Amino acid sequence: MTRAVVTGIGIASPTGLGPTAYWRATLQGEAAIKPITRFDSANYWAKIAGEVPGFEAGRHLQGRLLPQTDHMTRLTLVGTDWALRGAGVQPNDIPDTDIAVITAATAGGYEFGQRELQKLWLQGPEYVSAYQSFAWFYAVNTGQISIRHGTRGPGAVVVSEQAGGIDSIGHARRQLRKGVQLALTGGMDSSLCPWAWVAHQASGRLSRNNNPKRAYLPFDRDAAGYVAGEGGAIMVVETPESAAGRPGTRIYGEIVGYASTFDSKMPSREPGLKRAAELALRDAGMDASEIDVVFADAAGIPELDKAEADAIKAIFGPYGVPVTAPKTMTGRLFAGGGSLDVASAILSIYWSAIPPTINVENLVPEYELDLVMNEARHGKIKAALVLGRGKGGYNSAMVVREYR
Amino acid sequence: MSRRAVITGVGVVAPGGIGTKAYWKLLSEGRTATRTITHFDASPYRSRMAGEADFDPVREGLTPQEIRRLDRAAQFAVVAGREAMSDSGIEFDQLDPGRIGVSLGTAVGCTTSLEREFIVGSDRGKYWEVDQSYAVPHLYDYFTPSSMATELAWTVGAEGPVSVVSTGCTSGLDSVGYAAELIMEGSADVVVTGGTEAPLSPITVVCFDVIRASSTRNDDPTTACRPFDKTRDGLVLGEGCAIIVLEELEHARARGAHIYGEIGGFASRCNAYHMTGLHPEGIEMSDAINIALKQARADATDVGYINAHGSGTKQNDLHETAAFKRSLGAHAFKTPVSGFKSMIGHSLGAIGSLEIVGSLLAFEQDLIPPTANLHEPDPECDLDYTPLVAREKKVNTVLTVGSGFGGFQSAMVLKKVEGAGR
Repeated sequence: MTRAVVTGIGIASPTGLGPTAYWRATLQGEAAIKPITRFDSANYWAKIAGEVPGFEAGRHLQGRLLPQTDHMTRLTLVGTDWALRGAGVQPNDIPDTDIAVITAATAGGYEFGQRELQKLWLQGPEYVSAYQSFAWFYAVNTGQISIRHGTRGPGAVVVSEQAGGIDSIGHARRQLRKGVQLALTGGMDSSLCPWAWVAHQASGRLSRNNNPKRAYLPFDRDAAGYVAGEGGAIMVVETPESAAGRPGTRIYGEIVGYASTFDSKMPSREPGLKRAAELALRDAGMDASEIDVVFADAAGIPELDKAEADAIKAIFGPYGVPVTAPKTMTGRLFAGGGSLDVASAILSIYWSAIPPTINVENLVPEYELDLVMNEARHGKIKAALVLGRGKGGYNSAMVVREYR
Repeated sequence: MSRRAVITGVGVVAPGGIGTKAYWKLLSEGRTATRTITHFDASPYRSRMAGEADFDPVREGLTPQEIRRLDRAAQFAVVAGREAMSDSGIEFDQLDPGRIGVSLGTAVGCTTSLEREFIVGSDRGKYWEVDQSYAVPHLYDYFTPSSMATELAWTVGAEGPVSVVSTGCTSGLDSVGYAAELIMEGSADVVVTGGTEAPLSPITVVCFDVIRASSTRNDDPTTACRPFDKTRDGLVLGEGCAIIVLEELEHARARGAHIYGEIGGFASRCNAYHMTGLHPEGIEMSDAINIALKQARADATDVGYINAHGSGTKQNDLHETAAFKRSLGAHAFKTPVSGFKSMIGHSLGAIGSLEIVGSLLAFEQDLIPPTANLHEPDPECDLDYTPLVAREKKVNTVLTVGSGFGGFQSAMVLKKVEGAGR
């Protein structure tokens, strides 16, 4: 079976830009959830978010791209540049038809869309941007990456709410098995504008606590919702043979297992997260005892936290595996969250350290979780399981392992 | 042993009628269902026509809560999904739900609901800070289109892999291609797939107006979409949905199911060229066609019918005509081609699935639906585009293609399965 290794990681996170800055901040447990600055939150009950600081699109992208792109597309394009640079891929290294682009989306270029909707309804149809037709739709990031880097292989976009970041990488691995050499994959998301914010509030899942330290507390007895954030990760995933074609290419780790499942609407049926994890382990040909850390979905909503704790306990036993949720530092990043967690898991393996979960003080004892709290835990990590869930019933699981 | 993905059920919501029968009647008679927009007052806009579905959710059996909760596109998916389930003859509640998946295509998701709610929350654009007190309970479900795949998954009782595939105007082909991959790799035995779109709201109309991609033949809406005709002047939007039950071949055979056909091959390509433009040589579409044919173990000369993208723009007509010739060579000139958008308009992320279903019905009926409104062939388009009248022909292999914003080019090869009678 074709193998899939990670050779480039482009990160834009509230805790840092690029894998080095991100990893340093993440191991230190840096808190990046703060009062919203991107729009005036005075008239909204939720007032905090994880914003990517210090991102100046104009420093990285040509001027002509700015009027035609939403913020989330700019993050995606810059993240992709970094991932390719990290992987040492030069133009013409790989035939353009052997490169796939597979991204995840949740809501498209929403801030761009709000601006154009406002123009349409306030000023009239002639004021709407000629770029609206593609700047808002869910396929935009894959299309723009392909054009920017001249990739002419398969392109796809998956939408499965917050499980999508994992699903995109799973689908990218499928493309490698079908014959492409390299895939640019993952998700970067941003929907920090008023029109998106009222939708986030309407999801019923945002925390009503506006104290950044007390708002998003997965597995805590005070868990009461999550905080929204922006950012994510785009990765270079390729076959080992492709990586070997560029001597000196660093291989961070390998994607060895993936599965996705869906929750029934019937309450009598067990939620699908455990099954997704088991299927991903089976796909990897690995036993639960070989997993050194679980990157949890960490919904921050009591019934979802319990369901995830139950699944982890059923597979690994009580306190059977270290569990962590670095997303407590950034908030939940929607299409970007799952791919950033996969990137973190890969970096854990590469740097032999588990980043901490922050802010959780009163872990629910019945969950019987070995949650890595406050301080990073150092030591050899050979394999990690990453879990992700999306509103509506989506469950995804991915197993990553050191490359050998 | 390799697993094969076959189609055993179809369901349709389309302009011209609800249900597969009405859809086939329209296609086979070569009638058009494009008209002046009635869903809203389109008088301020450049293009004021669309293929509208006469869809009454109450008559189609949706409950008051479903009607309130679901965007029109999700309503289409549930109604067409039910028809496809019943047509397949599968007792869905007897299957292992973990082996049932869903893959749903859509290009613009719940845009119609989002625009309606934006108008209220912003008081027609007056406030940038949209008023939270006007947010409707299901606003977040409109915000992200995965909510639509959730509804379809609930309808069929799926607990396997579920996803929305959103690659613009190729979504309806790509979602089915993705579904076939899930079956072939063994992740599911049955995948309910297809595409749905209800994009007829001002913002979508304006998107195509401002780039002058849509037709302005507003005084003649029923003949406005004219692919391959030298008088064509752009696309006509549409809405609709097709849902397809894809099943692993042996699973279908074991229950003696009627098999419409097989997904023989599928490929997608990015053209890396332009977000809305097409290169006239059609290289990437041709690449996709070649790969799909190879997967299907079919030669170019096996193709008996080409279901074209046929959106009604000159750049598309030249692009795909070049791609067909590049891939099929001399055989391209002997193969009937037709475009359904001339009859039902361009329903963005749904149309690819509607075209698959129409192509499968062409298998069943040994009849190739025509390209409507093709009276004055463009001399630069020199293939046989099956003008105006359906043609009787026994076909065993169909090629269907799609092309969309973002540079996406997709091709699928559908094959008849031997020994698959009803």
